Amino acid sequence: MDAILLQVLNGLDKGGAYALIALGLTIIFGTLGVVNFAHGALFMLGAFCAVSIKALLGLDKVTLDPTQTTAWGTPLEVRQPYVEVWFGDWGATLLEYSVPVSILIAIPVMLLIGIIMERGLIRYFYKRPHAEQILVTFGLAIVLQEIVKSIFGANPIPQPAPDSMQGMIDFGAFLGHEAGNVVYPIWRLTYFLFSLGVIGLVFAFLQFTTFGMVVRAGMADRETVGLLGIDIDRRFTIVFGIAAVVAGLAGVMYTPILSPDYHMGMDFLVLSFVVVVVGGMGSLGGAVLAGFMLGILQSFASMNEVKEIFPGIDQIIIYLIAVVILLVRPRGLMGRKGVMEG
Amino acid sequence: MRFMGMNKRDWFLFIGFSVVTLLGPIIFSPLGAGYPDLLQKFAIYGIFALGFNILFGLTGYLSFGHAAFLGVGSYTAVWTFKLLSMNPIPAIIFATIVGGLFSAAIGFISLRRTGIYFSILTLAFAQMSYNLAYSVLTPITNGETGLQLTQDDPRALDVAFGRDYGAVLPSSDLFGIDMTGYPGFYFCGVMLIICFFISLRIFRSPFGMMLRAVKSNQNRMNYTGLNTQPYALTAFVISGMYAGLAGGLLAVTDPLAGAERMQWTASGEVVLMTILGGSGTLLGPVIGAGVIKYFENIFSAFNDTILEQAYSFLPETMQHIMVQVSSLFVGEGWHLTLGALFMLIVIFLPGGLMEGMRRIRNLFVSKPSGGAGSDGNADTPVQNPA
Repeated sequence: MDAILLQVLNGLDKGGAYALIALGLTIIFGTLGVVNFAHGALFMLGAFCAVSIKALLGLDKVTLDPTQTTAWGTPLEVRQPYVEVWFGDWGATLLEYSVPVSILIAIPVMLLIGIIMERGLIRYFYKRPHAEQILVTFGLAIVLQEIVKSIFGANPIPQPAPDSMQGMIDFGAFLGHEAGNVVYPIWRLTYFLFSLGVIGLVFAFLQFTTFGMVVRAGMADRETVGLLGIDIDRRFTIVFGIAAVVAGLAGVMYTPILSPDYHMGMDFLVLSFVVVVVGGMGSLGGAVLAGFMLGILQSFASMNEVKEIFPGIDQIIIYLIAVVILLVRPRGLMGRKGVMEG
Repeated sequence: MRFMGMNKRDWFLFIGFSVVTLLGPIIFSPLGAGYPDLLQKFAIYGIFALGFNILFGLTGYLSFGHAAFLGVGSYTAVWTFKLLSMNPIPAIIFATIVGGLFSAAIGFISLRRTGIYFSILTLAFAQMSYNLAYSVLTPITNGETGLQLTQDDPRALDVAFGRDYGAVLPSSDLFGIDMTGYPGFYFCGVMLIICFFISLRIFRSPFGMMLRAVKSNQNRMNYTGLNTQPYALTAFVISGMYAGLAGGLLAVTDPLAGAERMQWTASGEVVLMTILGGSGTLLGPVIGAGVIKYFENIFSAFNDTILEQAYSFLPETMQHIMVQVSSLFVGEGWHLTLGALFMLIVIFLPGGLMEGMRRIRNLFVSKPSGGAGSDGNADTPVQNPA
């Protein structure tokens, strides 16, 4: 029982990341009708937002301390981040909480990146075949990833979580099980709650605002909404920006779990596409459901007990499920009728 | 005049192609590409792209998993070397057959869906093969190290015919001709010519016509009471066999097989080659494969020293800036060039280089009265081949 609970918990954070990326993908697909292979790159850009903000905050002021000397007899160099020099303790806290702080900065940055991408490239591809959309965004993903590689190098850059969130939480004791059996890192729990929060915000935005209503109408029938005199293109640009923000935030918060490197986007992209397809193209609920489901199943498949029966299952479980679902339910779990059926 | 289902133009195209391939070492040497290592890469990836084009160019099914067949071909070839003989002929025969069987199994399932679902299914199968090759199938694939030859491989046929390689690690040889250097290239070159011929025949056959019909409107085909799946599956298997053969040839020229050949980025590369050259055209994929492999070779060999020499005519600060900017695109950063090139092609020239050539030619050649569609370009998929 404990083992099962632990695996469910383990799957939640990964499932959260899948769900967030897949949510953005399916929003873009549902509204713009574009298959965006560069979405993983947006996730990666979000992660590198966190990296660069940490680097910016950590810029050192070098002062020479004449009272102390190094082993070579030169005055000791004292390095202190500027934020600490300027803001004292508050600055130190800021530096420590750089990952959560990055969220605030990542939102406008990712929104801007998303809007530039849509206006500069994607909008010319609305009417082109899906194959060409896949190819051009695939090219864009390679370009973005190589640019990041040339700036930040090829090695993963670790991003520690804030000290207060680095520990483990004894989940078993919390639920009345034996203590110490089900322990879970606080940050992963934070990530799960964060992803739920973002998903909730996106759904609330689409469900309860006029803007969201227009977007949902546009997803259902783009042409009619246009005929009603609504400038659907402008709305969709913002929708693309929002999808970019969601992917970017998923990336920012994921950095303490997985040290970001330039190809993390590609790794997540393939899985997220599988998630979207399993959930059903264009279905928001399906994407979220499938994201968490596949995350949890993946963590179950990596249990030793399961691996003994089916060796290697942990490597292929997601793809295997995708194949089965696509063959049994062509529209995915919650796909709408008439969307990309085939 | 028709012979074997091909008219005079086709024969000219075929003979011209063969001559260019066989004279490759002379023709490409002014470009700095006249050495066998690079030329055989042109030929091998040309075969891979030709096969992919039979599926994507004719039927429009975008497979994102073709690298799996390439990888399976490589593994099969290396195993043939290990178990049977160092002769490349059994190796490539087995590689082609196994590539075909593997693609038949995957294609049978994947082709139940079309469009993006098909792409995802092929991608899923390819990733499964890749992940398994790295983990559980290590006894067969030798995991991360890659499958290699060893001195004490059984090599049953070689032993039966009394061939002994002594204490050195053998390399593949065709009845005593070592498959390195120019013999290696000519072996691949002849394979490329054979594959090109088969591809030409498919393009000009009623079967090829049927595949084009699948691409243009599958629903209409179904309404006429025709089951399109066997046709699409045949195309898928043929292209899988091409990929298997290409993988086998990779192993012939360098008897080593690694799982990274099956990664989905490798599948992306063959898509890129086909698109760059022009999907649905005969020559396009081969040209695309050649261009990409050529630039990969040239660009990734560049380093800062060479760049400094190239810009030495500039004032020093300018030289420094230019070196900084260009070094982003060459050497390690070659993929950036590749990605940018990819985007430019898809945005401005969806028909690929062949389309570009046609546009340039149309600028100079006055159009005949029949219009663009019937000016008899042998490579346009629009033209009625029957």
